[in-house]
Amino acid sequence: MSGFDWIVPVFLTVITAATPLVFAAIGELVSEKSGVLNLGVEGMMLVGAATGFIAVTVTGSYFLGVAAAAFAGAAMALLFGILTLSLMANQVATGLALTLFGVGLSALMGQDFVGVPVDALTKLNIPGLSDIPFLGPILFAQDALVYLSIIMVGVVGWFLYKTKAGLILRAVGDSHDAAHAIGYPVIAIRYLAVLFGGAMSGIGGAYLSLAYTPMWAENMTAGRGWIALALIVFATWKPGLVLLGAYMFGGITILQLHAQAAGLDVPSQFLSMLPYVATIVVLVLISKDQSRIRKHAPACIGRVFHPAA
Amino acid sequence: MKLKHISSLIGAVALAAGMLAGTAHAEDKVGFVYVGPVGDHGWTYRHDVGRKAIEEAFDGKVKTSAVENVKEGPDSERVIRKLASEGHKLIFTTSFGFMNPTLKVAKQFPDVKFEHATGYKRADNVSTYSARFYEGRYVVGKIAGKMTKTNVIGYVGSVAIPEVVRGINAMTLAARSVNPNVTVKVAWINSWYDPGKEGDAAKILIDQGADIILQHTDSPAPLQVAESRGVWAVGQASDMSKFAPKAQLTAIIDNWDKYYVERTKAVLDGTWKSQDIWGGLDTGMVELSPYNEAIPEDVVALAEEARKGIIDGSIHPFTGPFKKQDGSVGAAEGETLGDDVLLGMDWYVEGVEGQLPK
Repeated sequence: MSGFDWIVPVFLTVITAATPLVFAAIGELVSEKSGVLNLGVEGMMLVGAATGFIAVTVTGSYFLGVAAAAFAGAAMALLFGILTLSLMANQVATGLALTLFGVGLSALMGQDFVGVPVDALTKLNIPGLSDIPFLGPILFAQDALVYLSIIMVGVVGWFLYKTKAGLILRAVGDSHDAAHAIGYPVIAIRYLAVLFGGAMSGIGGAYLSLAYTPMWAENMTAGRGWIALALIVFATWKPGLVLLGAYMFGGITILQLHAQAAGLDVPSQFLSMLPYVATIVVLVLISKDQSRIRKHAPACIGRVFHPAA
Repeated sequence: MKLKHISSLIGAVALAAGMLAGTAHAEDKVGFVYVGPVGDHGWTYRHDVGRKAIEEAFDGKVKTSAVENVKEGPDSERVIRKLASEGHKLIFTTSFGFMNPTLKVAKQFPDVKFEHATGYKRADNVSTYSARFYEGRYVVGKIAGKMTKTNVIGYVGSVAIPEVVRGINAMTLAARSVNPNVTVKVAWINSWYDPGKEGDAAKILIDQGADIILQHTDSPAPLQVAESRGVWAVGQASDMSKFAPKAQLTAIIDNWDKYYVERTKAVLDGTWKSQDIWGGLDTGMVELSPYNEAIPEDVVALAEEARKGIIDGSIHPFTGPFKKQDGSVGAAEGETLGDDVLLGMDWYVEGVEGQLPK
C-alpha cells in the first residue's frame, strides 16, 4: 500500500456502508418533520430486507425486489399509522413494538430463504466516466440504489423547503393545532409522511439484503435502524446533513477497521460508540441553544393530535 | 364401541411397552437457549442441528424447545428460569454470557440439569462444555500458509476474548510453520453477528493485501465478499460453501450432535453428572468440511497430517518453540502450553500485526 491508492477502496466501502442509513434516515426525517416519531425503523428495514430478497429470488427482477421492499416497508408504516394516528396510541411505545414485530415477522417470512445466495445488485459502469482514475470508480460506478439514495436526499430537501406541500407538512409538524385550524388535513398528511418513511426504510433494508451483503439472514440490519434514528438528531433534521452524517457514521466504522488492519493502535470499542456520542453531544447542544438549532426540529414531534371539534 | 376398546387396549400395551423400555416419562423435555437466530448459518445454527439430533435419536420420546436471540446477561435469566419451571429436564445454554444466569437458575432448580457452553463455572447440576476450535484453525493454518500468494492472511475478529485470540494464534503458528513470511492482519468488529460489518471488515482486509479471509464471526458475509473479490476464505461453524462455492477452502464445523444425544441419554438413564468437557477433533466436536478441489494434493496432505497428528495426540498446536508478538518466549523448545494458559490467552504470537484490544 503506497501513496493514495488505498483511498478509492475506502471510499467505495464507506458508500455502501452509508447507503442503507441514508435511505432509512431520509424517510424517517420526512415522517418526523410531519410530527410523527416512528421508532420502528429497524423493524421496517428488516421486513423490507426480507421482502426484497424474497421477491428477487422468486421473480429474478431487482426492480420488483426494490419495489416490493418499499411496499412492505410502507405496509408496516401503515400499521403504525393506524395505531398512532387513527387510534391515537403512544408513538414511542408503538414504534418500539413495531421494531419487535418486524424482527419476528421478517424472520418468519425469510425462514425458507436462509442460505439462499443471490447475485449482488450490479454496479452501473458509466462508459468512459467510470474509467477516470480516482474519481471514476467512486462517482460513476455505483449501483442504482446508491444514486437513488442521493437523489432522494435532494428530492426531500427540495420538497420540504421549496414546495408549498413541503411547507404545509412542516406546518403540521410544528403546530398541528394551527394547521388544523387553517383547514389542513393533519391526519392525512401525517399518514402520507409516515408511509413515505416506511417505504424508504424498506428500500434501505433491501439495500442490505440485495447489494451490501446479498443474502437474507435474520436480524441482518444489526441496529442500523437505530443509527438512522440517531442520525436525524445528529443532522438536526436537515436533509443535507443527514447525507453528510450517514457518510461520516459509515466512514468512522470503515476507517477504524482499516486502521486496525493496518496495525495502528486504535481503541476500536471507542470508535464504535463514536456515532452515538456525537448524537448525544448534538442533543445537548440542541437543548442548550434553542433558537439556532431547534428551528429545524419539528415542535410537535411525538405528540398525539386530538382534533378539536 | 368395540373399536374404541381395541384402540384403548393397544394404547395401554404401547404405554406398558414404553415403560418397560426404560424411558421413564412420556414427556421428557430438553430446552435450549440461543444467543443468535437459528438462521445465522453459523454458531446458533449448529446448536440447533444438535437439538434436532436429539429429537431424531429418541424418536419422539424427547421433546425439545428452543428460545432464539436471547441477549447475554440478566435478561437471559428470565428465559432460562421459564424453561426450568416449564418442566424441562435438561437445559443447554449456548453462549458464554449466559454463565451467571445459568448458575443462578440452577440453584433454584436443583432437579434440573444444565449444560453451559464455553463457560468455566460449574455446580452439581451445571456442566460446562466447549470445543477446541483452535485445533481446526491449526489445520486450516497449514492450508492458508501454503495457499497465500501475498503472504497476508486477513482475520475478521469478533470480540477479543481468549477463545478468539487462541484461534488467531493457532492459525498463525500453523501458517508460519509452512511459510515463515506470512503475516496476519486482524480487524475486530466488536460483535458476534453483524453481516454488514463482517463483510466490510473482509473487504478492508482484502484491500490491504490479504488473499485469504478467516473469520470468528457468525455470518457467511465474509465468505461472500471473498467469493466476489476472487480470494480464498474459510467457513465458520458450518459448511458455508453455498455462499462461496469457489472461495471456501474448507470450513471448521462445530458438531454438537453426539454430545447432545449422549447428555440427554444420561439424564434419561439417571447417570448424568456434572463435568467439564473440552472436546476437539478427536471427539468429533470439531470437524472440517471437505477440502476445496482447488487445493493441491501436497497441501491437502500437509493438512491431513496435522489433523491426524492432533487426533492421535502427536501434535499439539501450541508446542514451542515460538515467540509472542512482543518478542518474548511464548513456549520454549519442546514445551506445550497447558489448558490453563490457553484459557487465559491474551497475547498474540509473532506474525500477527496490530495491537490486541484490551
